[in-house]
Amino acid sequence: MTAKDYQAAAQKAIPPSKSYKNIPMAFLVGGLLCVLGQAVINLALSFGLEKDMASACGSISLILLSAVLTGLNVYDNIAKHAGAGTLVPITGFANSMVSPAMEFKSEGYILGLGAKMFSIAGPVLVYGISASVIYGLILVIMG
Amino acid sequence: MLTDYLWAFLVGGGICAVGQLFIDYTKLTPARILVSYVVVGVILGGLGLYQPLLDFAGAGASIPLTGFGALLAKGVREAVAEQGLFGAFSGGLTASAAGIAMAIFAALVVALLAKSKDKS
Amino acid sequence: MAKRLGRYTLQLERPVSIIGYAAAGSRKEAQGPLGKYFDCINEDSTFGETSWEKAESALQKCAVNKAIKKAGITPGDIDIMLAGDLLNQCIGSTYGARQLGIPYLGLYGACSTMAESLLLAALLTETGLANRCLAATSSHFCSAERQFRFPLEYGGQRTPTSQWTVTGAGACVTALQSGAPYVQAVTIGTIEDYGICDINNMGAAMAPAAFATLCHYFHDTETLPSDYDLILTGDLGMIGTQLLHQLMDEAKLSITANHKDCGLLIYDRLKQDVHAGGSGCGCAASVLCSYILPQLQDGRLQNVLFIATGAMMSPTSVQQGESIPGMAHLLHLSHYFEKEDASC
Repeated sequence: MTAKDYQAAAQKAIPPSKSYKNIPMAFLVGGLLCVLGQAVINLALSFGLEKDMASACGSISLILLSAVLTGLNVYDNIAKHAGAGTLVPITGFANSMVSPAMEFKSEGYILGLGAKMFSIAGPVLVYGISASVIYGLILVIMG
Repeated sequence: MLTDYLWAFLVGGGICAVGQLFIDYTKLTPARILVSYVVVGVILGGLGLYQPLLDFAGAGASIPLTGFGALLAKGVREAVAEQGLFGAFSGGLTASAAGIAMAIFAALVVALLAKSKDKS
Repeated sequence: MAKRLGRYTLQLERPVSIIGYAAAGSRKEAQGPLGKYFDCINEDSTFGETSWEKAESALQKCAVNKAIKKAGITPGDIDIMLAGDLLNQCIGSTYGARQLGIPYLGLYGACSTMAESLLLAALLTETGLANRCLAATSSHFCSAERQFRFPLEYGGQRTPTSQWTVTGAGACVTALQSGAPYVQAVTIGTIEDYGICDINNMGAAMAPAAFATLCHYFHDTETLPSDYDLILTGDLGMIGTQLLHQLMDEAKLSITANHKDCGLLIYDRLKQDVHAGGSGCGCAASVLCSYILPQLQDGRLQNVLFIATGAMMSPTSVQQGESIPGMAHLLHLSHYFEKEDASC
């Protein structure tokens, strides 16, 4: 068997992901998290906050929730079933910062907790912010 | 009011379901999916395509990471309009400051208090 | 003195016996089908330590101390210790061994380390360079996870091909004397790389190595798979096993009848959410020392080929897009020693 044949055989041997279960679960959990966010936003609006600030309240509430659930060792157990449903919402971003911070505390507060906090979230900030700067530069040039 | 929640659920769930397709059918790692979502959010926000979704679905569009990207773009657009070139650099982080600061601070506090546990 | 058979295999001519062996594990291993065979189980996978690395050292120490005790000797009676694990710079083993005062060689063979350490121990013993050798290997789910994959609390979803790193350790003491189980022959593996890059499918990366080593062994010894009661691979898991069967069938050396994989034995794959099975060098080590060696000792098994397979990548090589080289070392273990009368 050549390497190429083998790679094909290996590909064939992979059992399919259980998408029939994964996708509805991702939809359900992701959707529910958004509903929760919407509830916070509506609450903030009812207190007379303006729209942008209310929306930010929704996001930071979910970030807080995710941080607490991660700290209680629960978030990963939900994520095991929810997949993208807990990855894609802002809660997934928060979890990606809290979990390495907890994990690498044993390597110290500076280079462990402090540095590793960004091992997964760092790239998101790097490319998100850079993309927005490029967008800004385009606006300025076309301005 | 109820339709707010319905659309938030359907649109937010839909965006997550697309993410699950990437997990199940591509070799993209979770970190790459997150990065892609944010960058796509910036692009859609920049093209003005994300705002209608935000108006329509509220949290269903702002909670997924594409919403974070769109927020960065929106901040930059508004800051450039007010401050010109300076705004291209200040706008994104200014608009998203609350979320980022919250995530950093919560991560610090939780990490100080909690400990990783074995999985089962 | 051991002699070379063919290009790859070394035949032992004097009886090297495994005079003491022990397996250690934690909760998930205890819940598995082999739980009752383990010598030491600590339900608390931190082993009372403050870091996962220290926990792994404690785990390996459990197995080592127990194996020494079962051999009826003291650490001072052991001339050379060969040990390894999955952690960077093998700290699991070094920190576990630092109080023993035994001349120490650290090994890295990824998940093949149990076979690597045991075959070297057997050779050193057989040639008389050491009266007693100790071979030990461990892996810990949590220390491996944080080094190779994600933080424990990170919300990721495992792919169907992923395997679960065993929190387990095995240790064997070898000596030149009679008493089953014996090491009959060893085959040192070659590095085989068929271009598998998927870090979540290590069984597929390692199967060609097991295939190559088995072919080398059968060729060198002029034996067939049917000459053995059991052909035991280390941690190929479900996918690697399937691929190995395919490769062996194609080479007309089918092993489907008498092949088992430690990664599929140690957990109940359906109940324990381990996807494609167990992995890690503690997998082969703990299954060998808990479940297989006792059967070889009392004769329920007569001839066993133990092939521990390793995926020889590092997080760096994976990030650089390199494919995963596999490696497999083989030991022929037996209840009888063929040339028992001629030696000693």
